[in-house]
Amino acid sequence: MKRLLALLLLALACLGAGAKDAAPLAEDPVVEQRMLSISEEMRCLVCQNESLAASRSDLAMDLRRELRTLIKQGKSDAEIREFMVSRYGDFVLYRPRVSPLTYLLWGGPFLLMIVGVIVLLVYMRRRSRAVGSAQGLSEEETRRAEALLKEEVQ
Amino acid sequence: MIPELGHFALILAACVALLLSTLPLLGAHQGRREWLVLARPAAQAMFLLVSVSIAALAWSFYTNDFSVTYVAEHSNSVLPTMYRLAAVWGGHEGSLLLWLFMLAGWTFAVAQRSRTLDEAMVARVLGVLGLVSTGLMLFVLLTSNPFARLIPAVEEGRDLNPMLQDPGLVFHPPLLYMGYVGFSVAFAFAIAALLSGRLDAAWARWSRPWTTLAWIFLTLGIMLGSWWAYYTLGWGGWWFWDPVENASFMPWLIGTALLHSLAVTEKRGSFKSWTVLLAIGAFSLSLLGTFLVRSGVLTSVHAFATDPRRGVFILILLALVIGSSLALFAWRAPKVALGGAFGLFSRESLLLVGNVLLVVACASVLLGTLYPLIIDALGLGKISVGPPYFNAVFVPLMVPVVLLLGAVPLARWKTAEAREMASRLWGPAVVAVLAGGIVPWLMGGWTLLTGLGMLLAGWVASSTVLQVARRLKAGTPPISFWGMHLAHFGIAVFVIGVTLVGGYQEEKDVRMAPGDTSLVGGHMFKFMGVREVPGPNYTAARGEFQVSKDGRPGRTLFPEKRTYRSSTMPMTNAAIDPGITRDVYVSLGEPLEAGAWAVRVYYKPFVEWIWLGCLLMALGGVMAVADRRYRLRVKSSAAVAATGLRRATT
Amino acid sequence: MKLKFLVPLALFFVLVAFLAVGLQRDPREVPSPLINKAAPLFKVPQVQLADKTFSPVDMQGKVWMLNVFASWCVACKVEHPLLVQLQQSQIVPLVGLDYKDTRPAALKFLSQNGDPYDLAAFDGDGRVGIDYGVYGVPETFIIDKKGVIRHKQIGPITPEALEKTILPLLDKLKKET
Repeated sequence: MKRLLALLLLALACLGAGAKDAAPLAEDPVVEQRMLSISEEMRCLVCQNESLAASRSDLAMDLRRELRTLIKQGKSDAEIREFMVSRYGDFVLYRPRVSPLTYLLWGGPFLLMIVGVIVLLVYMRRRSRAVGSAQGLSEEETRRAEALLKEEVQ
Repeated sequence: MIPELGHFALILAACVALLLSTLPLLGAHQGRREWLVLARPAAQAMFLLVSVSIAALAWSFYTNDFSVTYVAEHSNSVLPTMYRLAAVWGGHEGSLLLWLFMLAGWTFAVAQRSRTLDEAMVARVLGVLGLVSTGLMLFVLLTSNPFARLIPAVEEGRDLNPMLQDPGLVFHPPLLYMGYVGFSVAFAFAIAALLSGRLDAAWARWSRPWTTLAWIFLTLGIMLGSWWAYYTLGWGGWWFWDPVENASFMPWLIGTALLHSLAVTEKRGSFKSWTVLLAIGAFSLSLLGTFLVRSGVLTSVHAFATDPRRGVFILILLALVIGSSLALFAWRAPKVALGGAFGLFSRESLLLVGNVLLVVACASVLLGTLYPLIIDALGLGKISVGPPYFNAVFVPLMVPVVLLLGAVPLARWKTAEAREMASRLWGPAVVAVLAGGIVPWLMGGWTLLTGLGMLLAGWVASSTVLQVARRLKAGTPPISFWGMHLAHFGIAVFVIGVTLVGGYQEEKDVRMAPGDTSLVGGHMFKFMGVREVPGPNYTAARGEFQVSKDGRPGRTLFPEKRTYRSSTMPMTNAAIDPGITRDVYVSLGEPLEAGAWAVRVYYKPFVEWIWLGCLLMALGGVMAVADRRYRLRVKSSAAVAATGLRRATT
Repeated sequence: MKLKFLVPLALFFVLVAFLAVGLQRDPREVPSPLINKAAPLFKVPQVQLADKTFSPVDMQGKVWMLNVFASWCVACKVEHPLLVQLQQSQIVPLVGLDYKDTRPAALKFLSQNGDPYDLAAFDGDGRVGIDYGVYGVPETFIIDKKGVIRHKQIGPITPEALEKTILPLLDKLKKET
C-alpha cells in the first residue's frame, strides 16, 4: 500500500488542481503522535471507561494539553507517566505497573498455564495407569452387552 | 391494564417455575411418574406466560404508555417505532425480562425436542431450568419490576440513550442473550446427569446440539456488538476489553472448550467429569456476567443503573446456583467411571491441552477484569487494568491454541502418529512461513506481530484446506465435517483481519475547509461542506465527503453530528464505505472557524474480515448442528437404553 | 483423590467473598495519592481582589481547608450552605479555588449563594486543579500547619462526613505543633 501511496502522491503533485491538502489538526504531528500513544494507555477519570486519548471530556482535553507541554519540554515517557500517577494515582494507568501489588496479575496467566500443563500431564499419566487396571472388567462387561444385543436383534 | 396483565403473567410464571423446579425433580428422585410428567406442560405454560409478560411490556412501549416508569425512562413519542420496541431491553428491568424470555424459550425448546429422551432425564433437565427461572423471576418481581407504575404519569418520556438508537440495539442484545442464556441447557443436562448418576456418552450426545446452538448465538451476539461499537463510536476500535465485553467473552471461551470436550465424551466416553465441570463453568460465567453488569462493582460503558440491593440479590442467587452445582459436582463426580484409554500423544490429549489453554485464557481475562476489585477489597488502593494488559496476556496464550488448531484434526484417536502428522503438515508449515514473511511485506512493512499473525492464519487456513482436499478423495463427507473445518477456517480469516487492520491501519486528524482534500491509505477524501438536516428526533450537521482512489471516483460519505432533542451532548455518526479489502471511515469532530471542521479520516485494511471470520465460525456451527447423524443416533441410543431397561426389569 | 473435586467449589467461595466486599466499594472513586504529601505550590490571583494573589505558603503555620468549586457545578450549590455554616463557626480558614470558571460567573455565584470563603483563588485554566489531582467538582482538601495534605473529600461535603471525619480531623490537626 505504501508503494501505491508514493505513486499517488507523485500523480497528485502533477495534478495540482488548486484543492488544498488539509492541514493536520494538531500543531505538531510528531508531538501529537507521541501524546496519543502515551494517553491511549491512560484512563480518563471522568468517563472512566474511555482512554485519555479518546475521551471528549473537559478534563481529558486539559490533560492532553498538559501532556503536549510536557513532551515539548523534553520529558521522557516514564517521567510523563510519573507526572500523572503522582497526581491521580495508579488508577490513571491502563497498563498496571509491575510491582509487588501486581505480581499476581502479570505472573498469574503464565503461572496458570504452567500449572495447567503440569496437572494435565500428571493426570494423563495417572489415568492411563488406572484405565489399564480397569481394562479387564470392562472387557467382560462389553462381552455381556454384546450378548444382550445379539439376543435383542433375534 | 396491559402492564398489570404483564405483571400478573410474570407472577403466574414464577409460580409455574416453582412447580417446575420442585415436583419433577422430586418425582425423578422418588420414581413418581405422576410428578415427572408435569415437567413438559409446566415448561410450556411458563413459556406462554413469560411471552405474555414481555408482549405486554412491548405493547406499553408501542403505545407510549408513560404511566409505566420503565417506559417513561427509556422512550418517548418521537422515537421511531423500531427503537421504541427495542427499548424494551434498553434498560435493566426490561433486559432482565428478555433474559427470562430467552430462558423460558430454551426451556420450551428442550421440552418440545426431547420426546425420545427418557422421562426422568427430561424431568431433571427441565427441573433445573425451572430452578434457575424461579430465582431470576423472584429477582425481577422483588427488585426490578418493569411494570412499576409512575403516578402521576408524565406527558412525555425521557428518551432512549441516543447511542442506542441504532439497528444494533434491535439485534445485539437478543442474539447475545440467546447465547448467554442458552448455555443454561448444557448446564441443566450436566446437573441432571450428576443427579441421576448417569454420566455417559448418551448424555454428551444430547448436550452437544444444544451447546452448539447456544455457542452459535453467542458468537453472533459478540460479533454484532463488536461491529456495532466499530461503526457507532467514531473511533474505529472494535474491542475494548471492557468488563462487560469480557463478561460475554469468557462464557464463549469456556463454551468453545466445552464443545470440543463434548465431542470427545461422545465419541470416546472420556473427559466426562471435565466436560460436566465445563458445562457448569460456562453457565456460571453467564450468571457472573449478569452480576457484574448490574451490581455496580465494576465501571463499564455497558453497566446498567445500579442499586446495591439488586447486587446483593444477584450475588446470593449466584452463590446458591453455582455453589450447589459445584458442591454436587464435588460429591458425584468422583463416582463417575473412567472412559476409554488414550495415549499421551493422541487426539484426546491434544484436545485436552487445547481445552486447558482455553480455560487458562478465560481465567486470565477473569483475573484482569476482577483484579481492580480484589485490590480494592483488600484495601490496597485503586488500580486499573485495561487493554494493554489484556492484549499483552491474551495474545500469547492464544498462539499455542491456534497452532494446535491446525494440527489436531490430523491426530488419530487413542494414539496419534507424530511422524505421520509431521509428514502431512510440512506443507501448511511452509505456507505459514511464506504467509508470515510475504504478506506483511506486501502490506507495507514486516513487524513481529504482523508476521506472527499471518503465520498463524496461513497455518490454519492451509491445514484446513489440505484436510478437506484429502477427505474429499475418500467420498462425500458429512455436513458436520464441513462445519468443523469452516469454523476453523473462520478463525484464520479472523486472525487475518485482526493482524492486518492492527498493523496497517492509517488515520489522520485534520482541519478541513470546504474544498480541502486529505490523502489517507491511498484514498483521496474531498470535503464538500456541511448541511443541516433534520431527523425524526434530532437535527444533524451532515458532512459530505467525496472519496476517490487513483483518480477513480468512489462513494460519497455523509458523516453526521447529531444533536438529539433529549440530550445536550452531540452524537457522532461516522460514515463508512465498507469493502472486502478495506474500510474507509470518516467522522466529524468539532466545527472550527469559517466553515472548517475538525475531521478524522481512517483507512482500515481488511477490518471486515474480523466479523467475516466470526460469521464463518457461526456458519460452521450451524452446519455441525444440522448433521442428521445426531438425531438418528440419538433415537437409536435411546431405544437401546429403553430396551435394556425393559430387559432389566423383566 | 476426592479432594481435588472440591477445588472448584473452594475457588468459587473465595470469589464470592471478594464480590461481596466489592459490593460495598465504589469503583468510580479515585483516592488521592497526595495524602500525607506536601500541598503542591502555586500562585494565582484572587477572585474578588484581582490584583492580589494567593499561595499555600500564605497559610503556613495554620490548619486550613481548600475547597474546589465552580459556578457551573450543580453539586457545589448543594454543598454551599454547609460551607457557609462551617465558616460561621470559625473553626479553620476556608479558601476557595474557583476551577475552570470566569470571574463574573464566580462572583455572581458567590453573591447569590453566599460567600463562605476567607478568600477565593482563581484557577481559570484548571492547572492548579491538575496539580491537585482534581477530577470532579466539588473537592475539598484539609491541609495541616506544615503544609501537608492530610485528607481529601471527594464530592460535596455531607453532614455525615463533616461530623464523622472532617471535624475530628481538624480538631486533631489543630492540636499538633
